[in-house]
Amino acid sequence: MELNRKLEILADAAKYDASCASSAAAKKDSRGSTGVGSTGGAGICHSYTPDGRCVSLLKVLLTNTCIYDCHYCINRRSSNVQRARFTPEEVVQLTLDFYKRNYIEGLFLSSGIIRSADHTMELVIEVARKLRVEHRFRGYIHLKTIPEASPALIELAGRYADRISINIELPSEKSLLTLAPEKNLARTQEAMGHIRNKIDERYAEKTKSGAPKPPPFATGQSTQMIVGADDSTDSVILRRADTLYTGYKLRRVYYSGFSPIPEPSSLLPIQAPPLVREHRLYQADWLLRFYGFQVDEITTDSAPNLDLALDPKLSWALRNRDLFPVDVNKAPRESLLRIPGLGVRNTDRIIQARRFTRLRLADLILLRLSMKKLLPFIIAADHTPTLLGLDGDALRSRFLPPPKQMELDFDTPKPAPEDFKSVLSGEI
Amino acid sequence: MTTIIIQPIFESWRDAARDLLRHRVPPEEVLWSDGTQGKPLFGSDRPEESATPGPAPRVPPAFLDMARTAAAHQDPRRWAFLYRVLWRLTHGGEKHLLLLATDPDLRQVRQWCKTIGRDIHKMHAFVRFRLVGTDEATGREQFVAWFEPEHRIVRLASSFFEKRFVGMDWSILTPYECVHWDGASLFFTPGVSRESAPDSDALDDLWRTYYANIFNPARLKIQAMQSEMPKKYWKNLPEASLIAGLISDSRKRVQAMLETAARPVKPVPKNAYLESLHKMNEEAADSSD
Repeated sequence: MELNRKLEILADAAKYDASCASSAAAKKDSRGSTGVGSTGGAGICHSYTPDGRCVSLLKVLLTNTCIYDCHYCINRRSSNVQRARFTPEEVVQLTLDFYKRNYIEGLFLSSGIIRSADHTMELVIEVARKLRVEHRFRGYIHLKTIPEASPALIELAGRYADRISINIELPSEKSLLTLAPEKNLARTQEAMGHIRNKIDERYAEKTKSGAPKPPPFATGQSTQMIVGADDSTDSVILRRADTLYTGYKLRRVYYSGFSPIPEPSSLLPIQAPPLVREHRLYQADWLLRFYGFQVDEITTDSAPNLDLALDPKLSWALRNRDLFPVDVNKAPRESLLRIPGLGVRNTDRIIQARRFTRLRLADLILLRLSMKKLLPFIIAADHTPTLLGLDGDALRSRFLPPPKQMELDFDTPKPAPEDFKSVLSGEI
Repeated sequence: MTTIIIQPIFESWRDAARDLLRHRVPPEEVLWSDGTQGKPLFGSDRPEESATPGPAPRVPPAFLDMARTAAAHQDPRRWAFLYRVLWRLTHGGEKHLLLLATDPDLRQVRQWCKTIGRDIHKMHAFVRFRLVGTDEATGREQFVAWFEPEHRIVRLASSFFEKRFVGMDWSILTPYECVHWDGASLFFTPGVSRESAPDSDALDDLWRTYYANIFNPARLKIQAMQSEMPKKYWKNLPEASLIAGLISDSRKRVQAMLETAARPVKPVPKNAYLESLHKMNEEAADSSD
């Protein structure tokens, strides 16, 4: 099979993995070397595809042949998709060629499971070893690891990679048992625990003064959960994410809305969940990580799923009107962070500025804050919201999108451009 | 009123501003001209010598970083804004000014910095190198890229390329300034026209193959793509020619997926490793009951 055809098959096979981040790697570059590559800093998206996703890494599978039968996956053994396999040299050459043209930040390599977890891991590691050792490649490498692979191999993968990840795929053991009979939640979390210990250990060695520099190790791990392939509620999904952040210190949990695949399984829903559900989960995820929210504040027993029409912070504020209005000139940081329409960055700007001046609405407008969202919830030097506004039932409807004729489109409703911006800037 | 004529670069503004500060010339008495708007009608290019110059006041390093970045912007007002902020920080007694995000002067300068930061980031992202040959003496591959930044950012953006692409020779050509790396040093030459850069690279086709196949037609978000990759960059991106076709075919492709008959589950093949996994899962299920 010629290289172009292999690339078609093995890129297509890899696209359901949402992660493409190239950030948060250790700072390194090629000065003093004869190779190419650098990492550290924010990560760069070198292109965008019309699905709105960033193209940062060459994201491919080594092979899409797989002995597992995960029903949401196009590469499962029951699928009739055409199979292909790269040689390690082919992936190495593609990575270097793409990198030198500044198409990519590096490589994200994953693979179908062939023969056994260890055998597959060895093949994946061989690509990373060639890049790092033979070609002195210092760009970004993300390796997908398999929970059942031996700890020694996972450790070796971590030596060459900037990030390693294991996909948890579904938030509960029950769902995995039905849809991914070869996977197991406890084993996956156990492997994540090992990786976390290794990362912590290496970090401790690195920061110890006087000690020799330890060999490199990945600086983070991430995972992905598929949304809408099983019947898990947002509450179950967010609780699982919270466990992974607090117990296993994951850098990122990616939520991937289940989308139709060319090889559908008889066990799966044919209807994809609305894309906005995935978007609301990301917003809720941000609230957990940067805004001091708990899962049971964001979702409740009576409403275990996020409101698709309103962002989760606004929904929370509307349920907790007694905590508002908040005085932007006096309130502590944790209260400011809970104001709808106010992000982390602007919260910190407000805290800095109010040491020297009493903030008025004109100041907040200069920060380009959305007044429509903010006004009912804040007190400023020249503004107190009318009690009527905060207590009235009209408040919720004020924020709902205007009624629209139903769209005859399979991916309704669409989030607005501001929603994307807010996800990117972390401002909710 | 004093008219100060400078080159449109940070260093030139800094030298002039330092001189003005030492002579305690307040911002409202200075007109800045950087030669890009034609010659001013009258005025001198030096502060009056009557006052005895004092020592140049010290400013926080954060201000210099900010000024260096904002100076790359094309807005003709930037020199005056920067000098006013500098004056307020020093003689104006507003040492805390940089912490005041709501100050209109600072807000404007930060806005320029943000634009420049974004322009630099997009240059790091969207430069596309093309292989033009191999140096016979050194064996190093030689690459050339063409890029059209909106502002004068080539110098600010270069160190990224210098640290990353050490093992190859490269040039980035732009309409107003070019930067080159030969393995030992970075150097700059005047701008050139588009025709000086190569149009394609043998790898462009493989890159387009990758781009087309990493795209998921089942989740079209054209707005999200365009807000991050505005159309003005498309003409120099080899993959951009595919965008229209990918969008127009997507609905048909998803429809085909939805109409595909569901594949039945195939029986588990005989494989010792799979058997061991299933056994582990059964044991785990039993013990949790």
